[in-house]
Amino acid sequence: MNQRRIRVLIAKPGLDGHDQGAKVVVRALMDAGFEVIYTGLRQTPEAVARVAMEEDVDVIGLSSMAGSHLPFCQRLKVLLDEHGLGDKVWLVGGNVPPQDHAALQAIGVDAIFAQGSKLREIVDYINEKVQ
Amino acid sequence: MTIYTDDGRVINESGIEIKSAYGPDDVAASGGVEMVGAPGEYPFTRGIHREMYRKRPWTMRQYAGFGNPQDTNQRFKYLIANGQTGLNVAFDLPTQIGLDSDDPLAVGEVGRVGMAVDSLRDFEIAFDGIDLEKITVSLTINGAAAILIAMYLAMAEKRGYDVKTLRGTAQNDILKEFIGRGTWIFPVEPSVKLVCDTIEYCAEHAPKYSPVSVCGYHIRESGATPTQEMAYAFCIAKAYADETLKRGLAIDEFAGRLSYNFNIFGNLFEQVAKFRAGRGLWAKIVKEHYGAQQPSSMWLRMIAGGGGGGLTFEQPEVNIVRGAYYALISSLSGTQTMALCSYDEAYTIPTEYSARLSLRTMQLLIKEMGLCDTVDPLAGSYYMETLTNQMRDEMETIMAEVDKAGGIVKLVASGEIQAKVSAQAYRMHQDIESGRFPKVGVNCYQMEEEERSVEFHPYNEADAQLQVDSLNRVRQERDEAQAQQALAQVRGDAEAGRNVMPAIVAAVKAYATVGEITQAMVAVYGRYREPIRF
Repeated sequence: MNQRRIRVLIAKPGLDGHDQGAKVVVRALMDAGFEVIYTGLRQTPEAVARVAMEEDVDVIGLSSMAGSHLPFCQRLKVLLDEHGLGDKVWLVGGNVPPQDHAALQAIGVDAIFAQGSKLREIVDYINEKVQ
Repeated sequence: MTIYTDDGRVINESGIEIKSAYGPDDVAASGGVEMVGAPGEYPFTRGIHREMYRKRPWTMRQYAGFGNPQDTNQRFKYLIANGQTGLNVAFDLPTQIGLDSDDPLAVGEVGRVGMAVDSLRDFEIAFDGIDLEKITVSLTINGAAAILIAMYLAMAEKRGYDVKTLRGTAQNDILKEFIGRGTWIFPVEPSVKLVCDTIEYCAEHAPKYSPVSVCGYHIRESGATPTQEMAYAFCIAKAYADETLKRGLAIDEFAGRLSYNFNIFGNLFEQVAKFRAGRGLWAKIVKEHYGAQQPSSMWLRMIAGGGGGGLTFEQPEVNIVRGAYYALISSLSGTQTMALCSYDEAYTIPTEYSARLSLRTMQLLIKEMGLCDTVDPLAGSYYMETLTNQMRDEMETIMAEVDKAGGIVKLVASGEIQAKVSAQAYRMHQDIESGRFPKVGVNCYQMEEEERSVEFHPYNEADAQLQVDSLNRVRQERDEAQAQQALAQVRGDAEAGRNVMPAIVAAVKAYATVGEITQAMVAVYGRYREPIRF
């Protein structure tokens, strides 16, 4: 029987355009056999929630480099709940300072892969979490 | 950085295999010393000036800006008081992509990674009390560059400076924004047209001002190798030159005002060879391909510093040492200007302390280490001359491939260059994870539990509100009819395919805002849609 491949959304929230890290992660997830939807730059919370719903993803990953992850995630949380997407695995990566980790987790982010994380760790986490 | 293979080979990032020793035969086999020449003489491999730093050390131009124009003005004055000799303005993301501070998309981003600018008023505040003849200003702006160059010139003129003699630089390299960094606004072709509008306008009205600094820097930060960095930058500069020549300007009327921004992280010898090779190659292109007569048209004038891509999140204090070596590489490269990343920049906007430390690093090289004593001190080394020849050949090969595939504008519009560079970034990431590519603190000499002594720059929501209040005041106080008429002129000129710079200058003088002027052009040019390719 064909098992459905894990579907992962990678989005760049906000206005920052540094997408090297997001693109590296996209390639690593593709190599790991996931189906990856990459939104490109400048996503609003509304766009992230809409794509997550339309594409029926298992994982929502945000790549943040310029520091606006907290206000963005606060706005996204409301939308995810409204769309019934509260159960999706929610990841944030990039330049996420340690002092923001607790606040992100309180909002509902499942895991934070700050700069310096290994690609393998992200792949393993998703495999383990989405079973 | 260098790759060490299992079978004992040593390969630099550009793919050139490094021998364990070099001699005269290697120099001869790689093309000899024909391109070496003397400093200040064609082909300028050894530097564009005869005396170089003996006459004047490089300009120290740290990147700075955050919050509102008042905050930034204070940081500028702090840096100048500590011996900085040039300013390099960081703008926030809404400004960079042409949004006003009260745009719904700007929520949470106003003043976050740079200074917020909405109108000419903000420039008046930011540069208040700063002598624009004593210190030159570089504007790190691309998508919205036409507007901010216009603001800078208008601000200077209002303060009584003669724009004809005013020096300064804008980054204004939109093609690299499509490849990396991502602060594009309009589609590729009108974006290139706008860059050429600024070149044409400055050639006539502000001939000492450098309207474009072509940025290999960001292409390398996005994953390109050192040779790709230079080769793509030259392809981009050629695209701007070709478009400008079509308007009837002669190459010698504008080539001397084109400048470059390059990266310096990586293997010291490869980096120095990269700059020497690049200078010779660019001089040759401008002389032989474009038929320039003026030596200054052939000069590869550059800022080389930064190196953010080399800094690590792990063991941040080690970045102080990395930064010192980056400054050393940068000075050995013969750059005109240096902007050195601060050690905490992998995390945050630098503190005054870390910004000062970077300044002191450069000042040490100038005052204590003898880096300004003689020009191009590594010249004549068998290794350096061989590598310079090899790197130049490789750059020419990459440029020929781009030409053959239809040119850089086409390849950027289709997303092909972006895909190539991000594939390269992925390979490098894999090489780092596998340890093939050693990185101290990342894949060797790691520490289990480390103290990270980085002080985070606070973000102040109240400052963002102050900025919006100030924007509203400007809108209330300005002559509304004059502002609207100027905006209509921008749109009309864009529709007619005319150079929009005169209309933009008039609009900023009427206190039209960044968002309004951008919108007038979006109505004609449309917005860029990013091709997603893997």
